[in-house]
Amino acid sequence: MAEKTAPDTGRVRGNLPPLELYVPEPRYRPGDVVDYSHLPVPPAGQLGRPDENCPASETWPMTTDMIRVLDEEDRAVGPWNPGLDAETLRRMLRTMALTRAFDDRMYRGQRQGKTSFYMKCTGEEAISVAHAHALAHDDMVFPTYRQQGILISRGYPLVEMVNQIYSNRADKLKGRQLPVMYSAKDYGFFSISGNLATQYPQAVGWAMASAIKGDTRIATAFVGEGSSAEGDFHAAMTFAAVYNAPVVLNVVNNQWAISSFSGFAGAERTTFAARAAGYGIAGLRVDGNDALAVYAASRWAADRARANQGPTLIEHFTYRAEGHSTSDDPSAYRSAQEREEWPLGDPIMRLKKHLIALGEWSEAQQEAMDRELVEQVKVATKEAEKNGVLGHGLHHPFHTMFEDVFEELPWHLEEQAAQAIREREIKWPEWKGEGA
Amino acid sequence: MTEENALSLHDAPTRSMNMIEAINDALDIMMARDPDIVILGEDVGYFGGVFRATAGLQKRYGRNRVFDSPINECGIVGAAVGMAAYGLRPVPEIQFADYIYPGLDQLVSEAARMRYRSAGEFTSPITIRSPFGGGIFGGQTHSQSPEAMFTHVAGLKTVIPATPHDAKGLLIAAIEDNDPVIFFEPKRIYNGPFDGYYDKPSRTWKGHPGSLVPEGYYKIPLGKARIVREGAALTVLSYGTMVHVAEAVLAEKGIDAEIIDLRTLVPLDMATVEKSVEKTGKCLVIHEATRTSGFGAELVTLVQERCFYHLEAPVERVTGFDTPYPHSLEWAYFPGPVRIGEAVDRLMKE
Ligand SMILES: Cc1ncc(C[n+]2csc(CCOP(=O)(O)OP(=O)(O)O)c2C)c(N)n1
Repeated sequence: MAEKTAPDTGRVRGNLPPLELYVPEPRYRPGDVVDYSHLPVPPAGQLGRPDENCPASETWPMTTDMIRVLDEEDRAVGPWNPGLDAETLRRMLRTMALTRAFDDRMYRGQRQGKTSFYMKCTGEEAISVAHAHALAHDDMVFPTYRQQGILISRGYPLVEMVNQIYSNRADKLKGRQLPVMYSAKDYGFFSISGNLATQYPQAVGWAMASAIKGDTRIATAFVGEGSSAEGDFHAAMTFAAVYNAPVVLNVVNNQWAISSFSGFAGAERTTFAARAAGYGIAGLRVDGNDALAVYAASRWAADRARANQGPTLIEHFTYRAEGHSTSDDPSAYRSAQEREEWPLGDPIMRLKKHLIALGEWSEAQQEAMDRELVEQVKVATKEAEKNGVLGHGLHHPFHTMFEDVFEELPWHLEEQAAQAIREREIKWPEWKGEGA
Repeated sequence: MTEENALSLHDAPTRSMNMIEAINDALDIMMARDPDIVILGEDVGYFGGVFRATAGLQKRYGRNRVFDSPINECGIVGAAVGMAAYGLRPVPEIQFADYIYPGLDQLVSEAARMRYRSAGEFTSPITIRSPFGGGIFGGQTHSQSPEAMFTHVAGLKTVIPATPHDAKGLLIAAIEDNDPVIFFEPKRIYNGPFDGYYDKPSRTWKGHPGSLVPEGYYKIPLGKARIVREGAALTVLSYGTMVHVAEAVLAEKGIDAEIIDLRTLVPLDMATVEKSVEKTGKCLVIHEATRTSGFGAELVTLVQERCFYHLEAPVERVTGFDTPYPHSLEWAYFPGPVRIGEAVDRLMKE
């Protein structure tokens, strides 16, 4: 018997029940009947809209509720209605539809072996497109891989996007990045990282730099709800709060992170927007399938940042309608009904119906537009294919593999480049590509 | 630094400084020259850093350019990456190299690859300063030498000065460099060169030729080693604190060794190394960091690959042990005159 060494604190264990570990489990698995009645969808137009310069705490009630503008009758209602003109609404609708048409074509391109990988943003088009429309064109966006709608909104050439996806000889990123990891500095679109959430503190740093320089541009950043569990998210929130950075931090809550539901990022305890309160910054939770609500919230936060009132965290509540990527099969882990029953609808359909209700659009126009967009994407794809598709030889010269590691090529990389080129002559003697 | 520059340096009036003063001087000069330079880090602002390297800078350049940060290395490095993307030149301080790990992903996956992945659209001209190395009874978390982790990463440059003169010139070059640079400051020699005998009174920099720091702006190019002492019998490759320990030990042993202070590990001045080993036929590598997969392994391999026919003895390395840094047994861990002496004896017997 060991001597009793620990001091007796007087606490008695008695007949306490054994502790239990809680492991979250989504409500529905494949084959289950989906019932979304547990999910509160507040009526549109109910929430008040505080002044953009209000104290952060005034927004906190909005972090557990949901900002919605489009109602059941397809009208725009309430204080968050941004009052956009029909022209802007049609432009947003068109860009959202173009994003979807682009996704569909690229997805097929991957299935046809033209590239290794693709990621769709089906059902999330309103978030990137309406957000981009709410910003100044030169604000810097730090995106993840599901915000292709921002590039498309800002008029980045589709051909360049396809070149990147095909990693061909015209790819501005020289075939170095995974498909969809675009970079377009001139379009205010930061280079995408495959390491999730790293862009979050970077966006805050960019915004701090803008403030240091007395600039008027702001930064915005995106992260998935799954990745909001990364330390980078919290580093960014702390920095944004401490320095009152002119930044808008968006969390796209599309319910799933590959096969892990949002509960594994803490969604069962509170909303993602509610995390704003702990940092003392403004927070908004918005219906991410409502383009007008997304626009209104993004505009509110951007104006607030530009007025030196600091950061805002926005949770866009939405649903990832498709698989995570071309490498994923969602039917293996979730009920197919989830998508069908999603109570917030399809963002493109909702905006379309709104424009029709306004008398500014028609089903016939929509059909004609969709046909036109399919054609537009097809033309861009054909154009890009002239520069090659992945794995068919039309890539950048071998020497480029060693460039841009540093500003100047050091001796060891020069030696390694010579080796790669020497190997080429042995492996592919028929090689006729340009350059080294 | 071209030969011409090196000569003209001697014309500039010099001032005797310790390494901290030289680093502070470099930061001061660069902040005055370039309004895009900002300094952030824990305690760097009002207080001037726990080692006082940034003392006085906030007062001179304002809180917009020199400011304290949260205790959040991921945030410090991540924000610096964003600032650099904007067009600034951040010079963040990581209080101790041991604390760089929470910021490691931002360094390795982001800063190091930004130029490559964006094909030059975005770059990370960041200089991360951090005191490193042991010999001050700093225990496990204030003593590590993690340089090999960074040399292993494509896209990072790693710089380690051994004298105040070099610290200033190398830091200026690092700040002007358009790539991310890890600037490790051997804290054991902040205040004076160190001969490896911890139980003897330590010296200050006063009177050491390396402490004569030219006034004003000058650069020591990254990728250029310094021949500390010429010799014909043995080439010694080292950097940081160990340069001084090597110097003391070899002088004591009366061996005509050529001692090379590498100054930058990436880019590495292999030409100088090769030339020396071809002359001496023997090579000893010395570093403080743990042995397995340390930078010494790289140096030994390079010498073996490129100088094999000139070698008269196996290339040796003297390093720290493969344990976490021990507090009370620090002086059993630290590679000093005994460990180096044995290796030298083995080499000279061949
Ligand atoms: C640091 C890191 N860990 C893991 C991964 C692998 N990974 C890629 S996407 C993904 C899920 C991300 O989910 P979420 O953030 O919710 O975004 P979503 O894909 O739903 O838009 C994971 C785990 C990664 N890319 N980076």
